[in-house]
Amino acid sequence: MISRSEILETNQMIEKENLDVRTITMGISLLDCIDSDLEAMCAKIRAKIVRLAGRLVAVGDEIGREYGVPVVNKRVSVTPAAIIGAAACRSVQDYVKLAKTLDDAAKEIGVNFIGGFSAVVCKGMTASDELLMRSIPEALAATERVCSSVNVGSTKTGINMDAVRLMGETVRKTAELTADADSIGCAKLVVFCNAPDDNPFMAGAFHGVTEADAVINVGVSGPGVVKKALEAARGKNFSVLCETIKKTAFKITRVGQLVAGRASELLGVPFGIVDLSLAPTPAVGDSVAEILQEIGLEHPGAPGTTAALALLNDQVKKGGVMASSYVGGLSGAFIPVSEDQGMIDALNAGCLTLEKLEAMTCVCSVGLDMIAIPGDTSAATVSGIIADEMAIGMINQKTTAVRVIPVIGKTVGDQAEFGGLLGYAPIMPVNRFDCSAFVNREGRIPAPIHSFRN
Amino acid sequence: MKKAIITVVGHDCVGIIAKVCTYLAERNINILDISQTIVGGYFNMMMVVDVAGSDAEFETISEELKGVGTQIGCVIRIQLEDIFDMMHRI
Repeated sequence: MISRSEILETNQMIEKENLDVRTITMGISLLDCIDSDLEAMCAKIRAKIVRLAGRLVAVGDEIGREYGVPVVNKRVSVTPAAIIGAAACRSVQDYVKLAKTLDDAAKEIGVNFIGGFSAVVCKGMTASDELLMRSIPEALAATERVCSSVNVGSTKTGINMDAVRLMGETVRKTAELTADADSIGCAKLVVFCNAPDDNPFMAGAFHGVTEADAVINVGVSGPGVVKKALEAARGKNFSVLCETIKKTAFKITRVGQLVAGRASELLGVPFGIVDLSLAPTPAVGDSVAEILQEIGLEHPGAPGTTAALALLNDQVKKGGVMASSYVGGLSGAFIPVSEDQGMIDALNAGCLTLEKLEAMTCVCSVGLDMIAIPGDTSAATVSGIIADEMAIGMINQKTTAVRVIPVIGKTVGDQAEFGGLLGYAPIMPVNRFDCSAFVNREGRIPAPIHSFRN
Repeated sequence: MKKAIITVVGHDCVGIIAKVCTYLAERNINILDISQTIVGGYFNMMMVVDVAGSDAEFETISEELKGVGTQIGCVIRIQLEDIFDMMHRI
């Protein structure tokens, strides 16, 4: 029998510590929507998304009421659009039309984001991949809910530097086309190394070709719960600290597993994975930075930050893995700047630099995330930032990503406002020295020696 | 059997248990276990109930219980028991 204290603990997590299910994401394969006729393809895409995910929002809300835990986002990810559109899209405008179709479908079923306007080009680009990448700025400017991602490298293949160069230009153009809204288009664009096929979190979610026709992936979140639990471990040794994080991560992930199973049952779609990430929001008490402070840092960015984050990330995985039958996605602590009040405070205090964030990405899930940089940052510099981050992922056999926003018309000292879950961010300074001769070299960086395992 | 947990928290006053139990009886919801305590003037009650016999939707019960709570100045929540089992039992 469940005890009074256990009931109180769970409800305290939900009511006071922001425990929630961050997203139920339905991955949908669009491979059977491929058609050489653009209109026919778009009609099939829309019909399939509406057919499979039409009840997603209602089911998510119903589960939230049954268990008394908020299910914050209901989302859809689809097969990378560069594969689906390859037969039909002959121009940038054709891909923009595909993006608008995804946007319309998302609006019709009521999800707030749809991911998968994507290309996987870690070794080379097809004509279709390149066309999609060139259409991203206009596609993101012309749509509201579409998220885009491009995988430009992997441990097995090395880094496609032609794609890195093109993505530097794409990020800049996306910023320019959405300049009137603080370049918000870039908040919906992620450049990956080792992108997982089953990530439920936006903006980088897509439904990989290794996946089934449709699948339910769930991302849980509870940085506030971990922070609260660690308050009881102040001054205690590392063993106690790690045990506390593991136990809390276990409990949080169990909620994700429960919700994923129920969503799968109600929607008649197989369960895929639970993503164990600690994902912050701009809300007070929902911050990964505050966990780092509770571990013992004045602000994230202080010496010791990388070690503290490594510890946190590892314990979250260790606690979470046993709580779910299938774990996947990104699974780790996210460190987005604009979406975490503690990170913004660290930045304003002068404690956090881009270089320290880069070091932190070596040990956490994902990478340089939601970082506003000066609007006059060149495409080559953005490519250089991307290349560095991709190299970290390639060599360390982990997922890394870059989601930087060159905020047109703003510079260091200004602030970018993205609104809602995307938050706001002070503009961070970027190293001004030139790397164009490096990123302008053509071809790819070969796969690292430890990728040859056969 | 479909077990759910009802929690009632608020200022103590006469008739809280009566009101909640009357509602549950009207909706044909069976009470399996009940415990209550008062800490610092705050009423705190937990019930394990079986909602399988009720013909009302879970959402309806949840909303109506909220309404009962408003009448008696308490916050009443109903949640399926699974969330507590999953979180606290391996």
